[in-house]
Amino acid sequence: MTTTAFQRVYTRIENITKATVTLRADGVGNDELATVGGRLAQVVKIAGDEVTLQVFAGTEGIATDDEVVFHGEPPVLRVGDALAGRFFNAYGLPIEGGEQPEGDPRQIGGPTVNPFRRLQPSELIATGIAGIDLNNTIVTGQKIPFFADPDQPYNQVMATVALRAKADKIILGGMGLTNDDYLYFKNVFENAGALDRIVSFVNTTEAPPVERLLVPDMALTAAEYFAVDKGQKVLVLLTDMTLYADALAIVSNRMDQIPSKDSMPGSLYSDLSKIYEKAVQLPNGGSITIIAVTTLSGGDITHAIPDNTGYITEGQLFLRGDSDTGKVIVDPFRSLSRLKQLVIGKETREDHPQVMNAAVRLYADAAGAKTKLENGFDLSDYDERALSFAKDYSEHLLAIDVNITIDEMLDTAWRLFAKYFSPAETAIKQELIDKYWPKA
Amino acid sequence: MATTGKVSGIVANMVVVKTDGAVSQNEICHVDAGGGIKLMAEVIKVIGDEVYIQVFDSTRGLAAGARVEFAGHMLEVTLAPGMLSKSYDGLQNDLEKMSGVFIERGSTTDSIDFDTKWEFTPLAKAGDRVVAGSWLGEVPEINITHRIMVPFALKGNYTVKSVVAKGSYKVTDTISTVTDTQGIEHNVTMVQKWPVKKAVKAYTSKPRPSKVMETGVRAIDTFNPLTEGGTGFIPGPFGAGKTVLQHAISKQADADIIMVVACGERANEVVEIFAEFPHLVDPHTGHKLMERTIIICNTSNMPVAAREASVYTGMAISEYYRAMGLKVLVLADSTSRWAQALREMSNRLEELPGQDAFPMDLSAIISNFYSRAGLVYLPNGETGSVTFLGTVSPAGGNLKEPVTESTKKAARCFYALSQARADSKRYPAIDPLDSYSKYLEYPEVQEYLERTVEPGWVGKVMRGKTLVQRGKEAAEQINILGDDGVPVEYHERFWKSELLDAVILQQDAFDSTDAYTSFERQKYMYNMVLDICGRSFTFDDFEACSVFFKGLINDFKQMNYTAFESDAFHNYRKQIENKL
Repeated sequence: MTTTAFQRVYTRIENITKATVTLRADGVGNDELATVGGRLAQVVKIAGDEVTLQVFAGTEGIATDDEVVFHGEPPVLRVGDALAGRFFNAYGLPIEGGEQPEGDPRQIGGPTVNPFRRLQPSELIATGIAGIDLNNTIVTGQKIPFFADPDQPYNQVMATVALRAKADKIILGGMGLTNDDYLYFKNVFENAGALDRIVSFVNTTEAPPVERLLVPDMALTAAEYFAVDKGQKVLVLLTDMTLYADALAIVSNRMDQIPSKDSMPGSLYSDLSKIYEKAVQLPNGGSITIIAVTTLSGGDITHAIPDNTGYITEGQLFLRGDSDTGKVIVDPFRSLSRLKQLVIGKETREDHPQVMNAAVRLYADAAGAKTKLENGFDLSDYDERALSFAKDYSEHLLAIDVNITIDEMLDTAWRLFAKYFSPAETAIKQELIDKYWPKA
Repeated sequence: MATTGKVSGIVANMVVVKTDGAVSQNEICHVDAGGGIKLMAEVIKVIGDEVYIQVFDSTRGLAAGARVEFAGHMLEVTLAPGMLSKSYDGLQNDLEKMSGVFIERGSTTDSIDFDTKWEFTPLAKAGDRVVAGSWLGEVPEINITHRIMVPFALKGNYTVKSVVAKGSYKVTDTISTVTDTQGIEHNVTMVQKWPVKKAVKAYTSKPRPSKVMETGVRAIDTFNPLTEGGTGFIPGPFGAGKTVLQHAISKQADADIIMVVACGERANEVVEIFAEFPHLVDPHTGHKLMERTIIICNTSNMPVAAREASVYTGMAISEYYRAMGLKVLVLADSTSRWAQALREMSNRLEELPGQDAFPMDLSAIISNFYSRAGLVYLPNGETGSVTFLGTVSPAGGNLKEPVTESTKKAARCFYALSQARADSKRYPAIDPLDSYSKYLEYPEVQEYLERTVEPGWVGKVMRGKTLVQRGKEAAEQINILGDDGVPVEYHERFWKSELLDAVILQQDAFDSTDAYTSFERQKYMYNMVLDICGRSFTFDDFEACSVFFKGLINDFKQMNYTAFESDAFHNYRKQIENKL
């Protein structure tokens, strides 16, 4: 960034810590952006004429006589249709060269949507994955994370979901992505020929961790432009929010704040909800849907990051390796979409709620039978049938590589019911049995 | 002249102001952020000429030297007819009146409509002796009678000098003049202001609660009843159904006014109320639910400091309606978010932290807040009540954390939502053994239940609890020793508790009939179940036992889905009797 007229320039830094510099300056606004020795920084504290700046890239090599230039405004993103198809870094600058797209400058992290102006989410997002569409249907305006262990293919699942979902725009916010994963997303999007509807903001592991704090706000500012100004359906992918929270903890530690649970800042809940609550169904038909990834450590969901996330988001999706089929499935027990009630059986076929519940209940019976087997008890005929059902259910419906319509999912479920059970064993309402039970 | 000052320091939403005039703790002030934007803030600490304020909005772009004006009063609510069915933010701005999709910084709207005319009928006459809270007249507000009172701020005794005649008036019109003991006259309008953090004390006494408040939720009404003027809280991990339970109570509770405080939770949950309440019907009066509801909405992404204010705003408005002799139920979701707001500010003030970095006085703040609920006798002998039910979102679902523990000391009812029950889809997931209602031990409540439900009712409730306890013990034995390893009586004991669990404790909040169960129906069903649990059966083996009870449970469930006393209802009852 070059210095322009009216910008205030200082050359005397008084204090330098690992992450911050302090200098004397007048008329500086809170949250204002500045350049310190060529690196971007943001005002985090004002005490009289002493201004403390957080330097995103760290302060290694900063000299006390380095030039400090105040930009006079908080971080902005230039929004416009030219964003589509481009990859940006955390500051909103093109990663692989090219012109900075022209557009209207918008401050990132803008105001809240008036809850009174929101609409109730009601439009289904089909992904083709039965573990989602059938059991945990996602709706526009929803926010839902994948809770996944680091070794699970969450980024692949997310890329699949993004490409299959009928969204007008897909905004990728990558935080602490490895270079390999960044290239993966890039290739997948390019090969799908979908680049024209994708905007990406990426902070890779090569970039300083504190920079990634800007990524969700950048991504969501772009999303708000397309949803609010253009009335489009926008899907925002945020991966990995655990690395985002880790960066928050680093900053709060450097600011001498008292940590609360799991060394996380006491404001973690508010910090995360400011991001997730940007998910919205707007009266103009536009919407922002957020699908995020929160990586777990050893599957522990009581850790502060997944715990606070669970209280904020509208459900969560768990990925799990299924030992019977060797496939990755969406865990039907622990996964939940809180907003599915708004669409299932209403936008989808009438038998959806009952089929979904019956299949999960029978799958639970199979889990019970499995425990019995492991404990050395004999299996009944019903147990045997439940186990066979579970294997088919897992392979033909729960596996993430399945790609069928919701009607096909329901038909598959009915076929499996008929293969292994009597109508009474499914405990589905009689009128639905009469209508949908496969005729021999 | 109002005190003014200049901003000298900023850290997030905590701002330091240098001033030379007098300020008071918790005084409200406005920070000029330029461009005509005034940010509201509250004094939280004073050190010499440096005043620390928490700003109820984003401080982005604010610079040292910005002008601050102190208002001379604490955070206040405006109390007047016309608040029912409104949706406010935490500072009582009417959200509906805000234009635009976004809430722009520093935007404010009137909390009431100053142009509306109200049909006033006088209740007091010249010469009447009155005190703060005495009723001077009344106006109809939707379905309730809204009493116009002597303002709460007037201390001591007054004599009514005049009251205007019956007619229509604006809220700002003088409707009465009262004279104090010094002979000074005070004009009274229909609108008054009150500082939210101070409890309204316009009552003569606060007796122990004695009447049960019907919620239509069986696990509460039958097993652990809440009282009019009582307090309770619902802790539970995410996904355990806190919000669904609170919404069910807000739809069904036997109260005149429901105050919903959405405090730091999901915006879509409030949207659900906005979308549904105008269409749903109050089962007690047949009126639309929205007509008796006031929503205070500070969702999780709205400014944190205003989140703390929101619970107080809701409570102050509720106390105002209580002083009219009404039954008010306050539902706050979630008080943990309020506690977290306190924590964030305590942290910025660099106070020494207590457990989990919460402020040391958290417990005192929570107790003090819960103590504002209660049943009261008004100056004219009538009663009014504020019942408070808060949810708590314990970190990691662990109930041994500061907010849950502090609340446990303050609230009299404890509705613990259990992860295990939620996982096995037993909703509402209120744990029947961990949960309690202290009111069941109150002699006045026991007397009330024996009189209004039936003699011996409390004993029956206790019997039910023992049944659940014994069923749980039997289940543990069966799990250890195997189905064949225990006598059949163990299975019978287990299945009796399952019957009670399935028929009484579990309830389908999404079914139009099962969602709400009147007390009469609860009595009927509970007696039926207890009768079966009191019988002894003989089964050949444990499978026969489980088949029998599974069949019974199915019949009872169908019965729960049919209208009370309908033909279908009695058919199922007969079917059950035949099985016995």
